[in-house]
Amino acid sequence: MAKKMRIQAKFKNGMTEVKALINHPMETGTRKDKKTGKLIPAHYITELNCQHKGETVMDALWSGGVSKNPYMSFKFNGGAAGDEVKLSWKDNQGGSDELVVKTKG
Amino acid sequence: MKRREFVKNTLVGSAAVATASLLPQSVLAEWPEAAFKAKTVDEALTALLDSSDMTESGDIAIKAPDIAENGAVVPVQVTTNMANVESISIISEKNPVPLIASFKFAPNNAGYVSTRIKMGKTSNVVAVVKADGKLFSAKKEVKVTIGGCGG
Repeated sequence: MAKKMRIQAKFKNGMTEVKALINHPMETGTRKDKKTGKLIPAHYITELNCQHKGETVMDALWSGGVSKNPYMSFKFNGGAAGDEVKLSWKDNQGGSDELVVKTKG
Repeated sequence: MKRREFVKNTLVGSAAVATASLLPQSVLAEWPEAAFKAKTVDEALTALLDSSDMTESGDIAIKAPDIAENGAVVPVQVTTNMANVESISIISEKNPVPLIASFKFAPNNAGYVSTRIKMGKTSNVVAVVKADGKLFSAKKEVKVTIGGCGG
C-alpha cells in the first residue's frame, strides 16, 4: 500500500512552511455507489493537528468538503532547520495517523 | 437447530453492536458537529465561532480559479496580512455542507493556508478570518463546470 501521509517542513526567510499530503477517501456520505445504488458511508478526516517541537501551531477541523487525498499547507513565523514537526489526524470512523519530519533548511 | 439459531443471532447481534460503536458522533466530542451540519453560512459560523457578524476586508486575499472544470478538486489559498490572526475558515456558500474547513493557529502563524476543496456548483468561496476576536471575510466566485459533491 502506498504511504498514507507525506509531510514537508521547510524553513525560509524566517518562516516555516508545512505541506501535507494525506491518502484518504474523504467520502461525504452523500455519494451513491454506482453499482448498488446505496449510499457510500461517510469517511473523512475531521481533525488535524500540527506541532512544532511539541507546541501546537495549527489545529484544523474538516468536513467531507475537503478533496479526496487532501493537501494542505500553512506557514508560521520562526522555526529552524532540523526542528521536528509532527502532523496527526483522525477521521470519523476512528482512523488516525501521525508522522514526524525534520525541518529542511 | 436451536443451537444454530442461537449462534446466528449472537453473530448478528454483535455485528450490530460493532456498527453502533463506530458511529462518528459518539467518538469525537471536540468536533463541532452543529457547525458542520448547518445548511447556511450564518448558522455554521455561529456554531463554530459564536458569531456570524463579519466585516468584509481587503486585507484577505483568496486565490482560487475563476473557472473550475472539476468541482471535486478546487485549489484554494487564503492569505492575510492582518495582525493577531486566530483562525481561517473556508466556506463554499452553495455546498450541501457549506463549512469546509477551519484552521486554528498559534499566535506565530503567518496568515496563510492552502488546501483543495470540493464544490457542488458555481458559488462564492468565502474566507473568514478571525483576528483580534473579530471576524473578517472575503469572497471569490468560482464557476464550476462539473460538480464534485454528487455521484
